[in-house]
Amino acid sequence: MTALAPAPHGTGPRRSRGAPAPAVRTLLRGLPTLPAVVLLAVFLAGPIAYCVYYAFTDMQLTGASGTSFVGIDNFTRAFEDGDFLNSVWLTLVFVVGSAVIGQNTLGLALAVLMEKATKPVRSLVNGVVIAAWVLPEVVAGYLMYAFFYDQGSLNSLLDAVGLPQQNWLYTMPILAVCLANVWRGTAFSMMVFTAAVNDVPRELLEAAEMDGAGPWQRLWRVVLPVIRPSILTNLMLITLQTLSVFGLIYTMTRGGPGNKSETLPIFMYQQAFQNSLIGYGTAIALVLLVVGALFSVVYIRLLKLEDD
Amino acid sequence: MAAVATPPAATAPRKVPPPVRPRRRRVRPGRVAINLVLLAVSVLYVLPLLWMVLASVSDTNSFRLQWPSSLTFDNFDAVLDVDTTYRPMLNSLLLCGFGTAVTVVTSVLCAYPLSRYRSRVRRPFLYTILFSTGLPITAVMIPVYSMFVQVNLIDSMPGTTLFLAASALPFGIWLMKNFMDGVPVVLEEAARIDGANTMQVLWRVVLPLMRPGVVVVTIFTFIGMWGNFFVPFILLLSPEKLPASVSVFTFLSAHDQTQYGQLSAFSLIYSLPVVLLYILLARKLGGGFALGGALKG
Repeated sequence: MTALAPAPHGTGPRRSRGAPAPAVRTLLRGLPTLPAVVLLAVFLAGPIAYCVYYAFTDMQLTGASGTSFVGIDNFTRAFEDGDFLNSVWLTLVFVVGSAVIGQNTLGLALAVLMEKATKPVRSLVNGVVIAAWVLPEVVAGYLMYAFFYDQGSLNSLLDAVGLPQQNWLYTMPILAVCLANVWRGTAFSMMVFTAAVNDVPRELLEAAEMDGAGPWQRLWRVVLPVIRPSILTNLMLITLQTLSVFGLIYTMTRGGPGNKSETLPIFMYQQAFQNSLIGYGTAIALVLLVVGALFSVVYIRLLKLEDD
Repeated sequence: MAAVATPPAATAPRKVPPPVRPRRRRVRPGRVAINLVLLAVSVLYVLPLLWMVLASVSDTNSFRLQWPSSLTFDNFDAVLDVDTTYRPMLNSLLLCGFGTAVTVVTSVLCAYPLSRYRSRVRRPFLYTILFSTGLPITAVMIPVYSMFVQVNLIDSMPGTTLFLAASALPFGIWLMKNFMDGVPVVLEEAARIDGANTMQVLWRVVLPLMRPGVVVVTIFTFIGMWGNFFVPFILLLSPEKLPASVSVFTFLSAHDQTQYGQLSAFSLIYSLPVVLLYILLARKLGGGFALGGALKG
């Protein structure tokens, strides 16, 4: 406060006397971003650059001395590796099944239904769905393991209503982890859609009702088209989140039995750490990163920066 | 769970429901059906949670959902010791507490120029931040591991803390910038005329006005880190450094067949802080956590 010199950081175009040259001013203004930029460069950009480099080497856990450049060997190897292709397929099943179909549809259904429900029911649904979302990943995995276990709650429930029981984690592990991810992740879509549905102009709905549209038609012809942007951005986000799910699956099945629930993150982890093939594991990480990056770009295009 | 990549439009005024028109009070079958469907869904959601609570106070170890024949706190007694609970919880607190502090402070600093100044680098910078919020952190972990081995940061709590902070940073900056945009510039200009410099303006004018935003970012970052399993699982090795997310996992593997009660008790203790924080957050934002506002695209 004692400084008499005019502050160089005006917010408008006004330039005070003796203000530094524009380039210097830009630098000064950018100074507060420095800690963040350094952290991001060292801990995110650095590893990504490393990732690109390592993916083309035969690095192993046993030491960097024998590492040499192997070109695209890791990638050709991956695409000839049945286990890799299996994990690509399972990742696709997992993302489409649990995110695109499961979380997205259930989230939308809950949001639409909750609008019409009585208040206590709405609070109850909101509470339990969000509780599953807030729980730490490993706890959720443990609970889902218990739920799908041979003598778990699901089988008790099926038994009670007279349906056949299954050893879910053994016979259809990918379905079990998909359902687990739906249980855990739907809250996000539900919140996004609740906000979106709330913002649908009432006049539109009333006008549709006047014109004789039933509840289904109003949903299909009015609500869904209006909230379409939310649906798209939500799909992008949950796809990105689901693509990198590791702890939930690892806690429930460790990718097994065999490799029946081995999605890409699990496969990557096993190659890198259990088989000590860091180079190969990194190549798989790079594939995952590129897929994620593509979705991320689409997401940004959908979102658009509203100002400037 | 991983940080979500969109800012809640918390500062935006919530939509006030239009005045309720007088409605005929008659039970509509549609509404009853909807309530029933929702109740059925919540039963499926509640069962796993209920099992955890019951298993923690029951003396029978099984995955079957059953009322305990008698209430017991033996499971809690058994896990409440230094090795099982106190140290992992303390480690979690250290990792996530410092990680959150670093994320919040650096993202406030970073958000200020982004929110206030126009420059040629601003837009690309914002796009990069937004892009990074979408990157799957899981995929980065193997190169991070190799890098940490080379610079001798493996099994280092500070190293892990900084990585956690960096991975939460893009989302933190993005959220913080959006909250900061909601603070009117006029007040800042007044402070500037009085001779305040940038840091004084940020600290005395901007931050107090966006306190709810800072609270949201803080709680959100902390919850994300608290549940994070993969990062400490890869970067930390010594049992005495492991946070609760990893120790509960090793507990799970080591006691696979017998200790469901203790595991449930520990899971409850471990989950409690984030559940409480979330409730605080939801209160702060007046019920329904308005994530969606900013997702309209």
